[in-house]
Amino acid sequence: MKNKELQERLGFNLLRLCVGIVGAILIIILYDLTSKGISKISWEFFTAMPRKGMTEGGILPAIIGTFMVTVITAVLAIPLGMGCAIYLNEYAKKNKITRIIRMSIRNLSGVPSIVYGLFGVILFVQLMHLGTCILSAGLTLGLMTLPWTITASEEALKNIPNSYREGSLALGATKWQMIKTNVLPYAAGGMLTGTILGLARAAGETAPILFTGAAFYLPFIPKSLFSQFMALPYHLYIMSTQHHAITKVRPIAYATALVLIMLVLVINLSAVILRYRLRKLKRE
Amino acid sequence: MKMNKFKEKIIHSLFFFNGLLVVLILLGIFALLVFTALPGFEEIKVTEFLFKSHWNPTSYVKPAYGIVSMLVSTLMVTFGALLIAIPLGIGTAAYLTDLASPRVREIAKPIIEILAGIPSVVIGFLGILLVGPFIARLFGLHNGLNAINGSVLLAIMALPTIISLSEDALKSVPKSYTQASLALGATKWQTLVKIKIPAACSGILAACMLGMGRAIGETMTVLMATGCAPAMPKSFLGSVRTMTSTIAIELGEVPYNTTHYYALFGVGLVLFVITFIVNMISDIILHRHERKTR
Repeated sequence: MKNKELQERLGFNLLRLCVGIVGAILIIILYDLTSKGISKISWEFFTAMPRKGMTEGGILPAIIGTFMVTVITAVLAIPLGMGCAIYLNEYAKKNKITRIIRMSIRNLSGVPSIVYGLFGVILFVQLMHLGTCILSAGLTLGLMTLPWTITASEEALKNIPNSYREGSLALGATKWQMIKTNVLPYAAGGMLTGTILGLARAAGETAPILFTGAAFYLPFIPKSLFSQFMALPYHLYIMSTQHHAITKVRPIAYATALVLIMLVLVINLSAVILRYRLRKLKRE
Repeated sequence: MKMNKFKEKIIHSLFFFNGLLVVLILLGIFALLVFTALPGFEEIKVTEFLFKSHWNPTSYVKPAYGIVSMLVSTLMVTFGALLIAIPLGIGTAAYLTDLASPRVREIAKPIIEILAGIPSVVIGFLGILLVGPFIARLFGLHNGLNAINGSVLLAIMALPTIISLSEDALKSVPKSYTQASLALGATKWQTLVKIKIPAACSGILAACMLGMGRAIGETMTVLMATGCAPAMPKSFLGSVRTMTSTIAIELGEVPYNTTHYYALFGVGLVLFVITFIVNMISDIILHRHERKTR
């Protein structure tokens, strides 16, 4: 009897240790970046161009570049993702084609990001003659984000009770009218939350933009969608591995990493808050 | 009325094509990789590509295109990552389903989401500056940019996937199983180890496969933290160069439409096929599991 209890206590402590390690990983990451990056963060860091071969100044063009690329990503991934989710949840019958579509989505979300980069190079840069630019990079990231936005949107659609649909259909509405008036308005919040999380992940990706438009050092604001750009994650990569004076720019690299991770934190937190609010609304 | 029906049909087919688009993208990725890699094999022998370990496409004398050393590197780093991430991930998932109060569970979810959202380039950055020096001191090496470093970082990247999917698997074990076990006098721990985990086995396995897929395809962390020497890896303490980092390093420097360029797409194709197979296996396991629990 004693033995069993001892075993249980040991086992549970082992599980606690696992959780402790996982928690510690996150805390160490956040602490290290904050403690070493915070000193460089200032108003100037966000609003100034990099100067003197990126050894001084701010990261404004990288912020704007990442923002512009993410807008393109959103323009491609949100409507297509929502459309696909609507098809799967509202229209699709249980048949072979639906199974193939679902299988493709799961596989697309497992395709390595660098393979999306390769695909983007051939399709957008070469075949469509867009060249290496914001548009190519944004579209590449958009394709990568698509499976995530589909899954998130479908999750939101699934949460709408069937009675909403049946009520509308019983009153003589067509299927599309039903979706438009009784499903989408209630699912929109959830769809948006999931999509925002997907876009945040896309904004932090480096591999797909390596060859589709990200540039080493361009100390000005991109003029159009057809120009190359600096991006936050790529900037961090450059500053930590490729720069000619790596130890000198280390504080800038830490600050850039901090900005990147803050971006993720803020977006995640707002998604959590949004989700919580939506749940409360539904209960009331 | 007729007009309305017509409109409905059009909307229906628009959504249908939207759904089919996903299949087209997947096929398109595969097809474009094949067609771009193919011209390279006029010069490179397929057997050399797949079974030789020497990769030196820029040699003036005789360029060599063997991917075995990269393949071994990728598998090594992935294996190391799974060795760390699987026990940690399952342990955490078990804690969340069996021990955690609802409050803790509520907090754990966003934490895992944040961990999943950390950009790989940030993890790679910390691999250079935090994990690297630590490993170097631990083993008395010049620098810590090696396979172990890559494994640790990839484990961090694979953890969220493994945790959340294992948690789902453990949660879907029917209550009657655990109740029966507890009623027979087993402790909670015995129930967890002997009943719940075996019952959730296939779901957990699928979770680990998906984590493995992520680790194989990860680029930035291994590119930054494993040293990337283009040779057959000697040990876990030596530098390795995975398939993903080879593409990342070399594609930026080769001119379009050269043999070297085609060969890099060949590497991409191999990568795509491997991750595809891993994902399919996990998919099949998961589906069989779903059918069984239903």
